[in-house]
Amino acid sequence: MAPRPAGGIRFDHVTVAYDGNVVLDALDLTVEPGEVMALLGPSGSGKTTALRAVAGFVRPASGRVFLGDRDVTALPPHRRGIGMVVQQYALFPHMRVADNVAFGLKARKVARAEIRTRVAEALEMTGMGAYARRHPRELSGGQQQRVAIARALAVRPDVLLLDEPLSALDAQLRSGMLAELARLHRELPDVTILYVTHDQVEALTLADRIAVMDQARLRACGTPRELYRAPADAFTASFVGGANLLPVTVGSGGVSLGDAEIEVDTTGAARGASATLCVRPHLVGLGDGPNRLTGTVGEIQWRGATHRLYVDVAGHRVMADVRELKAPPVHGEPVTLHFAPEDAVLLPAGVSTGEE
Amino acid sequence: MLVHSRGARWAVWAVFLVLFLPLFALPLLVVLGASFATHWSSVLPSGLTTAHYEAATRGEALQALTTSLVTATTASLLALATGTWAALAAAALKRRHRKALDALFVLPLAVPSVVVGLATLVAFSQPPMLLNGTRWIVIIAHSVLVTAFAHQSVSAALARLDPAYEQAAASLGATPAYVLWRVKLPLLLPSLTAAAGLCFALSMGELSATMMLYPPDWTPLPVLIYAATDRGALFTGSAVAVVLMTATLLVLLAVSRIRTRASYR
Repeated sequence: MAPRPAGGIRFDHVTVAYDGNVVLDALDLTVEPGEVMALLGPSGSGKTTALRAVAGFVRPASGRVFLGDRDVTALPPHRRGIGMVVQQYALFPHMRVADNVAFGLKARKVARAEIRTRVAEALEMTGMGAYARRHPRELSGGQQQRVAIARALAVRPDVLLLDEPLSALDAQLRSGMLAELARLHRELPDVTILYVTHDQVEALTLADRIAVMDQARLRACGTPRELYRAPADAFTASFVGGANLLPVTVGSGGVSLGDAEIEVDTTGAARGASATLCVRPHLVGLGDGPNRLTGTVGEIQWRGATHRLYVDVAGHRVMADVRELKAPPVHGEPVTLHFAPEDAVLLPAGVSTGEE
Repeated sequence: MLVHSRGARWAVWAVFLVLFLPLFALPLLVVLGASFATHWSSVLPSGLTTAHYEAATRGEALQALTTSLVTATTASLLALATGTWAALAAAALKRRHRKALDALFVLPLAVPSVVVGLATLVAFSQPPMLLNGTRWIVIIAHSVLVTAFAHQSVSAALARLDPAYEQAAASLGATPAYVLWRVKLPLLLPSLTAAAGLCFALSMGELSATMMLYPPDWTPLPVLIYAATDRGALFTGSAVAVVLMTATLLVLLAVSRIRTRASYR
């Protein structure tokens, strides 16, 4: 692919409202050229609206959208030069696969000989070369999604928008396509990708950075590692990977949960304040150790490689994922849990909005 | 399947035949029988002949058939074009305005067609819009009468069309006109052809508005049938009616063939 001016997406205070109902509230976000940014959030969080604002299907009530250094806020979709793949594929049913992929090139009046080579190239890249003569209805869901990706890539966009592209696929196909998307991005490192998803695994796997959204607002933005290891708030912690969120009171050099004293880094937290302690379930161990918590088993689930224990500790439910146990504790049995001080993060007090 | 037991299925078929035969099929069979008869005084027609058909496929009748075909084709195409255009335009309007436009297009259906004929006659009898006495006044009246069907069927199909197609096309760089021509209209083709067939059939059989408007050199077939039966030539009228039926059915069949090829899903 020929070198081109840098792409990238910038939201500058973008607000979108439908009939006075704000669905995207003053979003400020920059996606660097060549970066994969995942917009992660539950349904109704505004993530799809943000993507549609980039595509040009919704008009912001205020704020500006930039592609590279072009202000595209007022441009119609067909003049934005983007590629887009949606959840339901939206392949044109009356055209063969090759014509679907050629559509954007024909619309842009690319020379016929070049259309042929670029269609072949895009189909090859997505592994659909053998299906050029088929109609979309003759393809499986995964194949249709590959064609949709080929169609978007054939126009060689600077920016690729993916709107829940894997949601309609079953779990096994999804992980295959995830690897495929990662490979495509390695082959096309200049393409900026905005990836909307509600699936944290997709976001963690694929994204260079994740923007977590909730209730029309951006809650956090950072690399998957940052968000996972040191989430900024309870919502992010629970949405990016499961988390135990325990209401604690800050003491000196630690916190207290009920009568249990827990050693944790309390930098930045005032003594006596209430806070939320975040510990990932897989970092909680069974048995004695530092930061021990005692409780009774409320529920136990066998998940093949692991056991998940739900332990009631001082009125709070603590999740622990431990390696498969030979003799798992039974319901109601008292157990001791522990975790390393460096595996816990102290968050400002907040209501936990979800478990898992 | 709605009815499972074998006995019940037979019963449903029996009820269907009892209702269908006398109501739908028998009258048409009677016309078909009469078209070959010279007398019909007992149960079955007698004095079989094809003379009526010789009369019904030449001269005045042939002229009328051509008139009907040209009128129906032109009126359907006009109706299809305006109806589709209006439906596409209405889709972009606010809900309230869309309702108003829809109501406007249904108006010719709500008014008796005689009234539409009269209105057309009055409206186009004065200069500068002097069309009275020309074939165009018949064609315009037919278009007005059938546009409602074209508009309704296209706007219903448009409402079902997934906006994702249009958006995918636009994101790939296609201008709205290109999207309309290469994506929307092809996807609407099944409903467009259905609407065309309906408009054509309705126009072929239109009598009441036509009666008020037709000039002597533009006599559609239904007028001829009416005139023949009015002067008591029942058997000749029947033959002309069969010709009208056959011509309409043939065109509908051709249109439905296009439709089968156009439905991909």
